[in-house]
Amino acid sequence: MNLTSDQWIFWQHGFFKLNETIVTTWGIMLLMVVGAMLVTRNLSTGGKISRWQSALEIIVTTMQGQIKEVGLPEPRKYLSFLGTLFVFVAICALCTVIPGYKPPTGSLSTTTALALSVFIAVPLFGIKEQGFGGYLKTYTQPTLIMLPFNIISELSRTLALAVRLFGNMMSGVMIVGILLTITPFLFPIVMTVLGLLTGMVQAYIFTILAGVYIAAATQIPKRNATKQPASKPNS
Amino acid sequence: MDSTTAIAIASIVTAGLTIGIGCLAPALGEGKAVSTALTSLAQQPDASATITRTLFVGLAMIESLAIYSFVVSMILIFANPFWKFVIAHAGVK
Repeated sequence: MNLTSDQWIFWQHGFFKLNETIVTTWGIMLLMVVGAMLVTRNLSTGGKISRWQSALEIIVTTMQGQIKEVGLPEPRKYLSFLGTLFVFVAICALCTVIPGYKPPTGSLSTTTALALSVFIAVPLFGIKEQGFGGYLKTYTQPTLIMLPFNIISELSRTLALAVRLFGNMMSGVMIVGILLTITPFLFPIVMTVLGLLTGMVQAYIFTILAGVYIAAATQIPKRNATKQPASKPNS
Repeated sequence: MDSTTAIAIASIVTAGLTIGIGCLAPALGEGKAVSTALTSLAQQPDASATITRTLFVGLAMIESLAIYSFVVSMILIFANPFWKFVIAHAGVK
């Protein structure tokens, strides 16, 4: 039994390998881009809008609201990054209804790439918002003694993001695979439905955690000013 | 008992122990978190959005501990480096 979808290699030329994970990721990217282009082809601002535009508007407005609640007052700036993360992870999970499909997020390389993009995006947003010195100063909050621990938490939370998503998606595929050999027909379907739910929750959590990390890096810490909406969880 | 058998026994037993004990503590933690969240939801239904979001993020944090032990036990069973080393070593001889 394969632990990840990395092992099935379609084509190989020297160092470059074309495995199932990459092919599925490309397929999902194509689906997302073509779908978004088709939906946004004729947008209308009138009273009567198409069904798909309404669906897209629901997604965008809900994400904006969620990003704002996490503690980022201007969600527009971060919507492109966080929204892409959410939609990609969610579609990766939702496509599990297709038979023979393995989610690319069930491979540690994909989730590491996603976590690394969060790892790079957090300082970039922080520097953009507070300047280089101001961002570096957040590492010495609340005191200078916390500097090594802040750096460690930066690394460990990236690891946690990657392994959490990988473990959840991989366990869903693996449980269904094991159950298929034990109780063939009905029970794997129930577990697939549960896997869909877990996938959506994981997509939500991945996005919210990335938003919380960005919020912690971009907010200028104010003493006894307006209360901070979100605390900074470390894991 | 040769080293192959020893590694096989150790891997299987450790995988079972890892997932068993590793699920125990996060399960207790999640139960406590959910029960506290339900209590506060019953007391303050207005704050349900904040409570639910914080609950989900916290549950993900707790659950990732159980996921770590699951990943370790899966590695022990399906992708054990020591087992692969012994098999490769035996193949060379």
